[in-house]
Amino acid sequence: MKRPRVDIEASHRLITRRAAILGGVQLAFVGALAARMQFLQVDQADQFRLLAEENRINMRIIPPSRGEVFDRNGVPLARNAPSYRIVVVREDAGDVADVLERLGKVVALDPEEVDRAMAEMKRSAPFLPVTVADEVTWEDLSRVSVNAPALPGVTPEVGLSRVYPFGSDYAHVLGYVGPVSDYDLERLDDPDQLLRIPRFQIGKVGVEAKAEDLLRGKGGAKRVEVNATGRVMRELDRREGTAGSDLQLTIDSKLQSYVQARLSGESASTVVMDCTNGDLLAISSAPTYDPNLFVRGISTRDYASLTENKYRPLASKTVQGIYPPGSTFKMITAMAALEEGLIGPDDTVYCPGHLEVSGRRFHCWKRAGHGSVNLQNSLKQSCDVYYYDLAVKVGIEKISAMANRFGLGIRHDVPMSAVAAGLTPTKDWKLRTHGDDWRVGDTVNASIGQGYMLASPLQLAVMAARLASGNEVKPRLIKSVDGIEQPELGGESLGLNENNLRKMRRAMFDTVNDRRGTAYGSRIIDDTMRMAGKTGTSQVRNITAAERARGVTRNADLPWERRDHALFVNYAPYDNPKYAVAVVVEHGGGGSRAAAPIARDVTLQALAGGDPPLEAYPTKDRERIREQQEKLRAIQPLANITGKDQA
Amino acid sequence: MSYLEYNAKYVPTGPRKILYLNWPLALLLAAVAGVGFLMLYSVAGGSYTPWAEPQMKRFAVGFVLMIMVAMVPAWFWRNMASVAYLGSLMLLLAVEFFGSVGMGAQRWIDLGFIRLQPSELMKVTLVLMLAAYYDWLPSAKKSRPIWVLLPVILILIPTAMVLRQPDLGTSILLMAAGGGLMFLAGVHWAYFAAVIAAGVGLITTVLQSRGTPWQLLQDYQFRRIDTFLDPSSDPLGAGYHITQSKIALGSGGWTGRGFMQGTQSRLNFLPEKHTDFIFTTLAEEFGFVGAFSLLALYALIIVFCVVSALANKDRFSSLLTLGIALNFFLFFAVNMSMVMGLAPVVGVPLPLVSYGGSAMLVLMLAFGLAQSAHVHRPR
Repeated sequence: MKRPRVDIEASHRLITRRAAILGGVQLAFVGALAARMQFLQVDQADQFRLLAEENRINMRIIPPSRGEVFDRNGVPLARNAPSYRIVVVREDAGDVADVLERLGKVVALDPEEVDRAMAEMKRSAPFLPVTVADEVTWEDLSRVSVNAPALPGVTPEVGLSRVYPFGSDYAHVLGYVGPVSDYDLERLDDPDQLLRIPRFQIGKVGVEAKAEDLLRGKGGAKRVEVNATGRVMRELDRREGTAGSDLQLTIDSKLQSYVQARLSGESASTVVMDCTNGDLLAISSAPTYDPNLFVRGISTRDYASLTENKYRPLASKTVQGIYPPGSTFKMITAMAALEEGLIGPDDTVYCPGHLEVSGRRFHCWKRAGHGSVNLQNSLKQSCDVYYYDLAVKVGIEKISAMANRFGLGIRHDVPMSAVAAGLTPTKDWKLRTHGDDWRVGDTVNASIGQGYMLASPLQLAVMAARLASGNEVKPRLIKSVDGIEQPELGGESLGLNENNLRKMRRAMFDTVNDRRGTAYGSRIIDDTMRMAGKTGTSQVRNITAAERARGVTRNADLPWERRDHALFVNYAPYDNPKYAVAVVVEHGGGGSRAAAPIARDVTLQALAGGDPPLEAYPTKDRERIREQQEKLRAIQPLANITGKDQA
Repeated sequence: MSYLEYNAKYVPTGPRKILYLNWPLALLLAAVAGVGFLMLYSVAGGSYTPWAEPQMKRFAVGFVLMIMVAMVPAWFWRNMASVAYLGSLMLLLAVEFFGSVGMGAQRWIDLGFIRLQPSELMKVTLVLMLAAYYDWLPSAKKSRPIWVLLPVILILIPTAMVLRQPDLGTSILLMAAGGGLMFLAGVHWAYFAAVIAAGVGLITTVLQSRGTPWQLLQDYQFRRIDTFLDPSSDPLGAGYHITQSKIALGSGGWTGRGFMQGTQSRLNFLPEKHTDFIFTTLAEEFGFVGAFSLLALYALIIVFCVVSALANKDRFSSLLTLGIALNFFLFFAVNMSMVMGLAPVVGVPLPLVSYGGSAMLVLMLAFGLAQSAHVHRPR
């Protein structure tokens, strides 16, 4: 079939026309592509060349040196010391196992560390150095250098490592540093690039952890040229980072070391605080541990011995240990009643040895009773019934509110780990947590710091400081950052009736200095240093009827875990308060026997700024104290480094 | 058609047909493929394996295939158009059920000797089908709605199937190629104006709907649009490819960094450097001169096709050749726009240069059809 010629021609013309249009569009597009090419490759070539260079050039982070920590007198507590380690580069070593075996003949290698290094080498790029021995001695390092020809790929490296010159004395305050773990990284939303550096050290607990942001500093950077595999060819330039801030603590290292020595052998804790500005001069918990062990990487055996110890050396009991405050709480109960005007300081309550409250009989510690007692007598003899009576009148809400004003039941802002809030119970709280109504009996128990009431030694020290000053003293641990003094916290008046406070202080003075006071045995006889305080003995549990039947009524007959906690709070000098002290001896028995003597020694040490004159002690104690002072001097660590300059 | 339909003066027969091939076009194709071998050799770090050597073998096979297809009279291909179209549809359907999943989309059927990508084949058979349709349809009817609707359906069926795989890039190319062929065939321009107007209206509406209660796209889809418009807003995420690609192009400068000296591809900053983004390596190593030369080669291929088509009095032949040229144009235009940051990253390879067997063979088959039309044109 022939196609009509006209049709062919018409169709061809149409197609040609349309093809011309479409071809024009295509041509325009090709032109646009060419223009774009010219724009990118000619006009902006320099800029993109720069970006390509940036791709080729890598930034490497230079770790900053960590801030150091000093005591209030400039004694170094945490320093950075050069540490030597041995690293192996896989591709230079060739047969790694063989080289390591030869290295093992030169220096002692930890098999665990070697296994870890072998595993790390398999994972990482062949040109990256892997540490096979950390914290090696200078001698080992020289031996490696001498044998270098026989040890291809093995190089000694110098780094900075954290050292705590006072060892265990500051374990609970400073804590320790350790290499970043995966767990640390997971906790942070946007971790600092520094943390990506293998084995970078960060604070794990204590001030090291809480002041991490200050201590860490900012990383520097160097630009290096890398080839296709990321191997560094050469360093182009570098920008140093900023070192971490140096911290000065309020702690007095001399006092801290003394306190730590004084507590040795006990499971106890002591806080010494400046009543005037809240500075923590000593904050010690015993037993303790050596934080230097953790920096190097503690062995599983050492760690287990710390965690399995029943005296809990890892816990910093001053802030995280919470105890029933016992009779040391009586000041709070009394203050609540006095401030409410329910009783005057001189009004008396009759103590027959017990109090009946809603059908239950609550005993005074003295079964025979104290007779008629006012505030002064009740506190110095620690009569329980007086406070039972007050508490029933004033109610738990007012008591807890007063406790809060004195810093109990409040989490104080100190940069230590696991700072506990303690507990000042309320009706609401009991309903919420126990699903049970508050009973009058609970109030009676709370009035003498038993039952639900819980406080940490730090809180007790704050309480003593506030009683002494009448001001809202707040604890401060960091004195200055890079030489810049940190503000002292809260010096406002608590707004309490000055007369009530004066009576209370007098009662606390009598507790220590009156012949009938519970802490008379721990008095100070130097008139310029006299102290006021209060003993406390808090029951861990009641002695059961069955035990009583067996004749167990004395604390010493019970196993250690069930004995009473011994507590003591005080401040001194009485007429011009300077220091507030709280001592808790776990399961130590009576406060007057176990805690008060420690508090007296510590108070005197703080006031005298060293070993106090024996004349401050009552005559019959002097010989014993002299022996004790000698013994403690022997176990205190030599403050071998005494100034920043020598560091 | 056959020669019987025209007053043919001279008819090449037998092996002599080879002399009547469009040799300049064949040589241009070989030149472009040669650029491809060079770049594949370069991105492999100066090695024939794993890419350059297989690519050369495939091109050899493809070249032979082109000549074989060219030897068969064009009217045979016209008569086979509907069969080829249906066959391609079947293969697309087969992908739905037996296809292998690659890069998150179902695209291939493994035929044992080759992994066939039916959507590639469809691009050619759709053009073939439409060319045959407009050859068959009397000129007077081509702008009537019913006769416009039919090719639209022919285009939309495979487009929808490819979109399901999902392969947005190829489905857009299918629509563009189909629409382009309808335009070339002389369908009234008002239809195209209406479609373009509707498209612009739709896009405006979608963009306007953002942040309103009747928002038409999901938030993540809007974010993708944002990334396309400003890749630097997400340099390590979705914008990474395009940012690195632009860096590679730009750093090439006038004459490039030299063969095998491109740091962007050397240091593995470029993604898909042997497939979709191979142009960036060329641009980096040979600079504006190299990149522009490749663009010129591509443009010349189009020009030779258009010249061949317009010299051909046969409606089927010229439509087929123009359609194939358009297809080829869309191919490299979309790829280049993509790597130069003018279009979103949709996954279209650079024709004859990117590594890939299926696309190469299908392209050579298409040029075989164009060659057939050229050889068998009425003289």
